[in-house]
Amino acid sequence: MKASNTRWKDRLDGKLPADLAQEIDQFESQIELRRQGKIDDKIFAETRLRRGAYGQRYDNGQRYDGKQVRQLAFPEDKNTKGPGTVWDAPGMLRIKIPFGGMNPRQLEVMADLAEEYADGITHVTTRQDLQFHFVHIDDTPTLMRRLAEVGITTREACGNSVRNVTGCPYSGVCPDESFDVTPYARALSLFLLGHPDAQNFGRKFKPTFSGCSQHGCGLAAMHDLGYTAATRIVDGKEQRGFRFVVGGGLGAVPNQAKLFDEFLPPEEVLPMAQAIARVFARHGEKKNRSRARMKFLLRTWGIDKFKEEVLEERKKLRDDPRWTEYIDQAQSEVESPLNPPGDMPETNGNVEYTRWVKANIRPQRQEGYFTATVALPLGDLTPDQLRALADITARFTTGTIRTTVEQNFVIRWVSGSDVPALFEVLSTAGLAQPGAGNILDIVACPGTDTCKLGISSSRGLAAELRTRLEQKCFEMDQAVQDLHIKVSGCFNSCGQHHISDIGFYGVNRIVNGYQVPHFQVVLGGQWENNAGAYGLPIVAIPSKRIPDALDRITEFYLRMRQKNERFTAFVQRIGKAQIRQALDDLTQNKPEHDDDPSFYSDWGDPREYSTGDIGIGECAGEVVTAYQFAMTEAERVVFEAQLYLDAGNLQRAGKDAFAAMLTAAKALVQIQYDDVADDPDEIVDEFRERFYDTKLFLDPFAGGKFAQYLFAAHENADASFTAETALPLIEEAQLFIEAVHSCYNRMRSAGLSQSTEGA
Amino acid sequence: MELQHVNVKVFVDGELSVDLYRFVEFFHEWIRDDVLDELLIDVVDYQHVPAGPAVMLIGHEADYAIDNAGHRFGLHYNGKAAIDGSNEDRLGQALAAALNACTLLEAHFAAEGLRFSRTEFELFINDRALAPNTPQTLAAAQPQIEAFLKTALNHDQFTLTHDSDPRRRFRLTVNTATPVDFDAVLNTLRT
Ligand code: SF4
Repeated sequence: MKASNTRWKDRLDGKLPADLAQEIDQFESQIELRRQGKIDDKIFAETRLRRGAYGQRYDNGQRYDGKQVRQLAFPEDKNTKGPGTVWDAPGMLRIKIPFGGMNPRQLEVMADLAEEYADGITHVTTRQDLQFHFVHIDDTPTLMRRLAEVGITTREACGNSVRNVTGCPYSGVCPDESFDVTPYARALSLFLLGHPDAQNFGRKFKPTFSGCSQHGCGLAAMHDLGYTAATRIVDGKEQRGFRFVVGGGLGAVPNQAKLFDEFLPPEEVLPMAQAIARVFARHGEKKNRSRARMKFLLRTWGIDKFKEEVLEERKKLRDDPRWTEYIDQAQSEVESPLNPPGDMPETNGNVEYTRWVKANIRPQRQEGYFTATVALPLGDLTPDQLRALADITARFTTGTIRTTVEQNFVIRWVSGSDVPALFEVLSTAGLAQPGAGNILDIVACPGTDTCKLGISSSRGLAAELRTRLEQKCFEMDQAVQDLHIKVSGCFNSCGQHHISDIGFYGVNRIVNGYQVPHFQVVLGGQWENNAGAYGLPIVAIPSKRIPDALDRITEFYLRMRQKNERFTAFVQRIGKAQIRQALDDLTQNKPEHDDDPSFYSDWGDPREYSTGDIGIGECAGEVVTAYQFAMTEAERVVFEAQLYLDAGNLQRAGKDAFAAMLTAAKALVQIQYDDVADDPDEIVDEFRERFYDTKLFLDPFAGGKFAQYLFAAHENADASFTAETALPLIEEAQLFIEAVHSCYNRMRSAGLSQSTEGA
Repeated sequence: MELQHVNVKVFVDGELSVDLYRFVEFFHEWIRDDVLDELLIDVVDYQHVPAGPAVMLIGHEADYAIDNAGHRFGLHYNGKAAIDGSNEDRLGQALAAALNACTLLEAHFAAEGLRFSRTEFELFINDRALAPNTPQTLAAAQPQIEAFLKTALNHDQFTLTHDSDPRRRFRLTVNTATPVDFDAVLNTLRT
């Protein structure tokens, strides 16, 4: 903890906006009360989450050191800041940056804070937030005060609240946009921040704004509230509005948002969000976290009932001047440039410059001006780079810079004639990485580096792929250069693997008696069209073989694609079965542990791999068990379900998804009870009794959610399937199978899987 | 003036001769084998960040990094915990921790020829409230730091250069006329 915390409090006294100052003082008191045991652990956990102070890996005070799980001897190891969360364990601070908009002064403060309170790195997240890691809880009020001094809050950055309102980083300057969504995003962000109607959710709630429907920038389809700018002509006059979709989300089971209103007028943006917040707070699931996102309420009710309830609620709202008072100004708000417009030299004889211009520079709709994307490897940058970026932004613009959901920055309003000079200063600061938005610009969630739920090292993999691609990317076919890669450390999809051409998410498997990090390969997602399609997993491949898998996929694509065929269309035409076949040998012939120990560790981490920092099972060199055969069968069946879905055979897809779950459940039951019949009722009953009621199956973080998938599928076994129900069931089946693997691994580690296994 | 959160960066002599991933491996060993008398938590690989803290060993009391800020590799010690005692105690604790780490690294990577500079290192205070980078801080801190270094190095043949950029942390570069004997300094600081 910093020695200067009280000094900052005194120094900033009276200098912060009154409401922010009061909130931070309150949070500081809550920290003190928790220390004294006067606030319940769970309540304090949600309190700090709503202030952006999030847990980090190892904050339960345990860490696997490569050989065994060890206690981390924190000085204050009795007191906790949440259930199972040691007080002194470092955590993360998430900082909300509405629509990613920042100014040079804010960048400078970030640089100072990263140096003084974190590990020196500022991280841009996939929701345009910034994040610091390895922060002590006692320092968070000071961090918040110093942020508040420059108009930034961490309030509601985490927890069951309205998260950062995201928006196109090109708003106001994009040639394709209908109009600038910035003022609307800002207004909604301010309106919902701390709003009493948005305080009682069962889960988080994510809004976004997009300037057009054809690009990916706002990713409207994967948000709880997605606003896409649109215009129409009425009586010869142009009117602004939004195509408004609701109930989208990624997470374990992704959901495309549903159309709520084809043309929502600006004056309804805020009140409709308020009405939805009230309906969600009142009717959304509260007990079962895994069913508490708004998408589940939509799924239960259907869009028509949802809309009916919201419109009813809307009628009951009392008028609020904030709904409309920003609109007049919004219509006329324009950012101004610093320098006069100019022509941009496409090349200056420097190959690095030419590459950078090609991918990182985009013309604005304002003639003679350009945006420059500052591509950040894995979204990370140093304090020196932040200060350089502050200087650069001030030198070339009136202070307009934005973070992006691709974990980059975008500098706007750069005069064409300034582009070569901009490249020079960015290069000096190590900020002129080329390849923005292409295959090199890999997005990754924190994964096992810092996330408590991480299964595989998403950042380790992304760094490795980036290193390999750096050497060859610009010699690759343009079609391959244009691909997007996104990596998540687990099925929760914070790396947004569902909406990339090629996605990966972490899973683990037992190989020769050892746990081995793997990634599921997810193909067919679409970043364009505001996250227009979600990919599906096709096969789990050992982590160390993913670079080979990527080479295979890209080679296969180049060899088999039709002229100008985009990757998503290619995957649809060729089918996942063929692609999987091309990858099949990567899942076989795994080396023995002693022949290649590196195969049994993850990228960037020399420790022998272990999930949840639990030591590996003792039984090395086992024979293939009945369990393993059955699980291979379950994976085959769920894969076929996807193929049926792709072919439009929804009934077969749904039935196979359920059959895959039953096969996996039976595999687990048979470890304890060999004679279980092939009868769904008996399998589910036995599974419930032996694994659910005994809590053996409960996931340490997700609880019983995966078992609920099986129970729900069993209850609805006779239902007929639609596109709306078959796809989520396949996703759920996939997750259930992963949960069976995890349960089995936990049991092995605890020595509970010996009864009939291998007999 | 209270000098807390003392940081020390000891530069690598010449080019870094060790593959950075070897530091990832070695720092994991430090955690596993309880090499230091302090709580070590995790290792972070930031090799992808240009001129950044390439490999970090995160601890509770302090972080260690093979840091490449300013495109100069060195061992960077960042004292995070507030420490009781005098400024001299705190400066001594940080310098001893940094030199101890350098000694361990040199021994381990002797075959690769890793060597830290004996004539140049940086001292800085990682706290802008306690030590804003101003002429006033320099005037107040410099005599204390000089006195400390005289004792620690056992001579006064050194110069201090102040980085006066007000945005940066208070930082002095120490250049010595004769090579510093790490063992001797460690002995002095530990007694
Ligand atoms: S996807 Fe999983 S590993 Fe990655 S940040 Fe989200 S929860 Fe953590």
